[in-house]
Amino acid sequence: MPSDPASRAAWEVAATVTDPEVPVLTIEDLGVLRSVAVDDDGVHVELTPTYSGCPAMDAMRDDVVLALTHAGYDHVDVKLVLSPAWTTDWMSESGKEKLRTYGIQAPSGHAPMREGGPIRLQMAVKCPRCDSLNTRELARFGSTSCKALYECRDCLEPFDYFKVL
Amino acid sequence: MSGNAGRVGAEPRTETDLDPHGEVTVDRVALVEELAGAEASAGHAASADVAEVALRYGDDALVLAQRLGDWITRAPELEEDVALGNIALDLLGHARSLLHYSGTHDGRSEDDLAYFRDEPDFRNAWLFEQPNGDFAHTIARQLFASTYLVELYRHLEQSTDATLAAIAAKASKEVDYHRDHAVQWTLRLAGGTDESRRRMIRAVEQTWPYVDELFRDDELAERLAAEGVAPLPSSLRPAFDVVIDQVFAEAELARPEGRLAFVVGGRGRQGGHTEHLGPMLAEMQVLARSHPGASW
Repeated sequence: MPSDPASRAAWEVAATVTDPEVPVLTIEDLGVLRSVAVDDDGVHVELTPTYSGCPAMDAMRDDVVLALTHAGYDHVDVKLVLSPAWTTDWMSESGKEKLRTYGIQAPSGHAPMREGGPIRLQMAVKCPRCDSLNTRELARFGSTSCKALYECRDCLEPFDYFKVL
Repeated sequence: MSGNAGRVGAEPRTETDLDPHGEVTVDRVALVEELAGAEASAGHAASADVAEVALRYGDDALVLAQRLGDWITRAPELEEDVALGNIALDLLGHARSLLHYSGTHDGRSEDDLAYFRDEPDFRNAWLFEQPNGDFAHTIARQLFASTYLVELYRHLEQSTDATLAAIAAKASKEVDYHRDHAVQWTLRLAGGTDESRRRMIRAVEQTWPYVDELFRDDELAERLAAEGVAPLPSSLRPAFDVVIDQVFAEAELARPEGRLAFVVGGRGRQGGHTEHLGPMLAEMQVLARSHPGASW
């Protein structure tokens, strides 16, 4: 969060925008909101895409412009930056808790855990509803690139798992 | 590719007119051009050599994305429709960034490059344009393509060109999941039924000849490697072979030998293509060419 009061106020407005696919998460929870700066030219916002092809980015960008415009800011400019690359490590702890409550298991572990050879051991993923570890992966890619589809063998509910990236 | 091009030139409106998901005042938004990263958006244009190599990488990604999209509603199971669709979407994201950056050299947009070039202007390697075949063929192509892309982007992250490095750092983590997907299916098909194993072996044999082209050096590659812009293709081969050998050992597959071990003389980097690219491009480009400048 920026240190000067004007930019901080704009940050708080931008931070209310939510992910259209996972409406419980704000772009701040996700770590997609990278910087907000207010100067004489207007508000400059930097967002980073979660995945290179994520179609939700356009909606998030438009929503940031709308939110700031509603709040009375003129000249909002939103820039997408690729570097440094987004990682699930940037997701806030409160964001992870919100995800679980919503029925999506949050990423478990940190990005460097994916190092290693091509044939990987799959760690068990906990069911967000009943906390059972007796689950199985149905598909590596779920409803969006960032999620995998799982099924709980105890409560029999299917659920999404937000993959570590 | 910029589907959300929006409606430009809208009248200024009062607050009550603003519908959060209806018409958006895009005139206040800096549109697509910034996707390639800070350096490109700051007005930095790619040099001729960098533009050419970005075109090679971008075309590989674009052509493979288009091929994979064809599986949607046709995959062996619903989950696989979704998986291949998502992999295609990641690749399309890489293509957009790379083609946009390539176009900064001579002022062409990502859409100009994707939709308004003809077959001899495409620079993808032949592997990426090969037909989907049966599901095993697609998995063999994915295994070789994603294993190559993992090694490529891992090295490209160190590029002295900041934009290529930024695109690669992002893509690197995504193609790692693509390789994971291909490895899991290779193991399953090779170790599944007699029929799935027979098809997986045939797919590996028929796809293998296209691998060699990915690792072939030329003058452009040597110049860029000397400047630290892009890895020399041949330098990626040993790491590729290690991974493929590990997967093949686990799947009880073997590299084709004897009369099956030939390589095709792919000329994709110079614009020569197999007969499969043309029809694919016709389908991909027809809408943009029939309705130039259309947006939705």
